[in-house]
This record gives sequence, C-alpha cells and structure tokens, in this order.
Amino acid sequence: MDDALSIGGYDLASRLFVGTGKFTSYDLIPQTILASGAQVVTVALRRMDFDSPQENMVDYLPKGAILMTNTSGARNATEAVRIARLARAAGCGDWIKIEVIGDHKYLLPDNYETIKATEELAAEGFVVLPYMSPDLMVARKLVAVGAAAVMPLGAPIGSNRGLRTKELVRIMIEEIERPIIVDAGIGRPSEAAEAMEMGCAAVLVNTAIATARDPIGMARAFALAVEAGRQAYRAGIGPVQDYAVASSPLTGFLRD
Amino acid sequence: MSFYDQVIALERQPISETLVRRTAADVARVLAAERVDAQGFLTLLSPAAAAFLEAMAQRAHALTVQHFGQVILLYTPLYLANYCSNFCLYCGFAARNSIRRDRLTVAEVEEEARLISAIGLRHLLILTGESRKKSSVEYLADCVAVLRRYFTSIVVEVYPLETAEYAQLVAAGVDGLTLYQETYDRAVYDVVHPKGPKRDYRYRLETPERGADGGLRSVNIGALLGLAEGRREAFLTGLHADYLQRRYPDVEVSISLPRIRPHEGIFQPEHTVTDREFVQILLAMRLFLPRAGIVISTRERAEFRDHLIPLGVTKMSAGSHTEVGGRAHRDAATGQFEISDTRDVAEIKRAIEARGYKAIFKDWHPLVEGAMVNG
Repeated sequence: MDDALSIGGYDLASRLFVGTGKFTSYDLIPQTILASGAQVVTVALRRMDFDSPQENMVDYLPKGAILMTNTSGARNATEAVRIARLARAAGCGDWIKIEVIGDHKYLLPDNYETIKATEELAAEGFVVLPYMSPDLMVARKLVAVGAAAVMPLGAPIGSNRGLRTKELVRIMIEEIERPIIVDAGIGRPSEAAEAMEMGCAAVLVNTAIATARDPIGMARAFALAVEAGRQAYRAGIGPVQDYAVASSPLTGFLRD
Repeated sequence: MSFYDQVIALERQPISETLVRRTAADVARVLAAERVDAQGFLTLLSPAAAAFLEAMAQRAHALTVQHFGQVILLYTPLYLANYCSNFCLYCGFAARNSIRRDRLTVAEVEEEARLISAIGLRHLLILTGESRKKSSVEYLADCVAVLRRYFTSIVVEVYPLETAEYAQLVAAGVDGLTLYQETYDRAVYDVVHPKGPKRDYRYRLETPERGADGGLRSVNIGALLGLAEGRREAFLTGLHADYLQRRYPDVEVSISLPRIRPHEGIFQPEHTVTDREFVQILLAMRLFLPRAGIVISTRERAEFRDHLIPLGVTKMSAGSHTEVGGRAHRDAATGQFEISDTRDVAEIKRAIEARGYKAIFKDWHPLVEGAMVNG
C-alpha cells in the first residue's frame, strides 16, 4: 500500500476509525462501517453480551474489521487493565483503546492513570491506543511505555465542538514519532479534514456519525473528508499569505 | 459544606415565592444562555417556564442525544423481601399495614434470577423493605453472590447503610445504589415518617455519600413527587445531584422521578404533580444536569412513558413486579404499589425501538473476580 498507516502489525488503508456506542439500531452498524470504509472499530466491553447474540454488538461488525475494545467505565489504571484482560479472555483480540475517566460531567481522561495502564498492557503484548488530554510530555511518556499510537481529544467526548485543542495536537504531531489520532470532539467532516490536513495519522469518530439523521450518508462523508485531508497533507499545503507575495515593501529597495 | 447544610440554608430562602415571581423574560434569558446554573434551573421549574415546554424539550432532546445517543438502558426490579420497620404514611410496606410479609430464600432468588436473565436483561435492581433484622447485609450479600452469576450490574435499593457495609456489598458484587430522600422538606418528612429508623432525615440524606465512599460506581436519588411542593422538591433534587457530581466526579449520578401511586393505606398525596408539571421537571433536570442519568419507572403509564423517551430519559425499568419475587414466586398480596406500565420487556423494547431508540440490556461489565463470566 502506498500510504498505509502501520499500527500493531497491520497496514491500514483507511484512516477513519469509528465508534459504536450511540447507534439507534445495531442493524445500522454493518452498513455504516462499510460506508465509512473503516477497518478499526471500537466497542466498549460494557456493551458486549456474549450470551445474547442479538444484543452483542461485536456480532454486527463486518468481517475483517479490527475490533478495538475500549475500556469505557474504567476509573483508574487497575480497572482499565482488568477490562483489557477480560476482553482478551473473551476473544476480543489485543487492540485496546484505553479510556480512563474520573470525571462523569465532562468525560475528560485521567492522563496519569492512562500512562500506568498503557505501560502494564503494552508489557502484556496488547496493541495499546490511549485516549488522552493533549499534552506533549504525557504523549512522550505514553510512547516510552509502549503506546502504539496516541489519541488526543479534539474537544470533550460527544461535544461535536471540533478541533478545539488544535495547537496542542499540532505540537504533538511535530514531536511524537508515533501516529497521532484525534479522538473525540469531531462533529463534522470538515473538521476531520482539518485534522488530517495538519498531519494527524487518523481520526476516530462516533457521535457525529451515529447520531446523524442518516448515519450511512454521514459515514461516507467522513470517509471522503478524511481521504481529502490526507491527500492535501501529502500534496503539501501552501503557506497562508497575509499580503501579496509580489510586493516587497521592506526589501524592494534591493533592486539590481 | 455538606448538602445537609445547604438544605438548612435553603430553608431561609424564599424559593416558593421566587418560583412564582420568575417571568417569561427570565425564562427566555435562561434558554438563550449556553449553560443553565442553579438560578436558571429554578427559573426553568417556575410556572412561567410552563409556556416554554416545547423549546425546553427540543434542547433537552438534543443534549441527551449528544451525550448518550438515542439509547435507553432497561433494567428490572426484584423485591427480595417486604419486611419493614418504618411507618411511612405513603408506603404499602409500612409496618402498620397488614399485608403478607415474605422473604425469598437464596434458592428462590436464583429461580427468579434464572427467569429474568432468560429474557436477556443484565441490569438488576434488588429491593427490600427497610428491615435490618429480616434483610441483613449478610443476607443481601448471600443473594448477590448468586445474582452475580446472572447479571452484570446489581443495584441495591434497601435501608441506608454504613460506608463499611456498602464496601462489603461492593466486594460481593453490587455496583450501585438507589435511595430516595422521599421529600427534601424537613417538616413534611417529619409528618410522613412518624416512627421508625427512617425518621433520621440527615442520616438518609447523607446515604449516597456513604455509598460513594464505600466504592459504589453509581448513585440514584429522587424525591417521591406528591409528598411536598413538586417544583421545590425538584429544585432540591437537582441541587443534591449537582452536589454529588461535584463531590464525586467519578461516580455516575442519576435521578429518578417517582410519582406517588395508589397503595395499601389511607394516604392521599397533597401535592399532585400533573403530567405537564412532570414533563417540565424532567426537562429542567436535563438542562441543568446534561450528564446525569434520568430514570423513569413503571409507576408511569405506558403511553406517557413512551412520550417521555425523547425528552431526556436514559434508563427505564421493564417487566416490573413490586411483590416479593414476582416471577417464579408470585403473591400479589405482598406488593408495594401498583405498577402502571404492565407491558413485558419485549413489548417495551419494541415501543422504544418504534421511537427510533435502541433499547440496551447491558451497559456494565463487572470487574470483580468470580463475576458473571460472559463469553
């Protein structure tokens, strides 16, 4: 693949990851994922019910999709680690999105506990993608302890507020040598394109697709936006000019 | 400052008078702002806001979809026992009432569990009357030891416990607590609780905190609408939830809106809450507390419950029985109150789905050793 995203031994063609927590019907899940082209899909262990095939979201994922279990509900590293182990024991594979949230009002992640959980799970061979509040030092530590990618939030979960943390994410993209994936906050395809244009490796979208009037149509729109943003990033976006390039008010006197 | 101190301080505030004085212009101002604070919440509970129900409903709907999706978690109650040492004027279980008293054996609990889990439900609320003697913490823990093999979330609605006792139940496999203050109005509280351990207002008020300190993941509070002035009760309930959210950011706080139902005994509610007022309270609650769970029980009638789904509700009970046991073990003479929505779980699930919502049965996975091994 020409421009594959390599994570956890996989070369991913799609740079759109999707979440599943807010769908109005499980029957919508397979078609929506297919329309999004996503290869990585997150499902919370708390929502999986292996004893009820009709109610088990995992059974609705298209064949070949990589299941990334998320640790939704974990309040600290210990709980996140337990959820990851339970998921692996239940046959959910090794991909784990660490989500440690100690604040129910804003659902903001606990970076300190996230680092601890990442360290423990990476050592156990999990492919660990931690969800975090953007912070360069934390991102460096996450990479040092074995994170496969780092997933800063663009805005609080479900807020659809867009890339509010842009400057912090930009610094992480410049400094961190692992994929930076914006997770949470992206409300519209143009915001996904914006994240990709600035060099994010991928984006993870849930609310904006699942709660759209037409989730399948919105999934397709996000797929196109992510692709457009990525192409633009690779093509090299010209710098923004505040004045006409031809004019040289300060150095015009240096004519030969 | 504990919430008890806030309640005392609020008694010196002219809340009822303020409610009446709020104007349409005040309501419009609250609805124009991005966030609703406590004063704004009071405004949304005022009679003046009754003219803005549709605007409030649109916003409550959008906020709920944003935070929770179009998803409703279903759970069912299981009454383990109905022995009670309190004398609450409004309750069918009150010690003075001559209903048949019963308590399930652990084997009977398992029979009930088998029938309920076969329907697919994974969230269970277990209830007892308030009798420490007949429904001891050890008895509860024994029941939970069996129930955890069938359910992934077990919430208790029993008499108030000590922090260490909650920790004991958490270790056994309980993850949440439901406890209604019944009324935040201390004068009314005294009247409707003439005898028994429940007379201690403050001990009951501070129970959710002991539960959270004991390690519970979720607490659910509420006032029994009908006992005292509904709008004021709703205001205090919302403030209590806000207090708990601030003090325990990692605990999931939810609110129930129980309205008094006919029951054994002579008590008739003095402060009837109409459907319109009920909806206004629900909407104001959602706008003030965007992240709180809101629970509607089968006390409400089926058609009304269906209309409430898009207005901010996140959890509903289904297939409820208020008699001890109720599925394998049936004796209508042991019931606490009559339920209004008598549909079975499949019917309620279909009704939710007909509104474009997803009814889910599981939204927690236990982390304690020996819990239901699902898979």
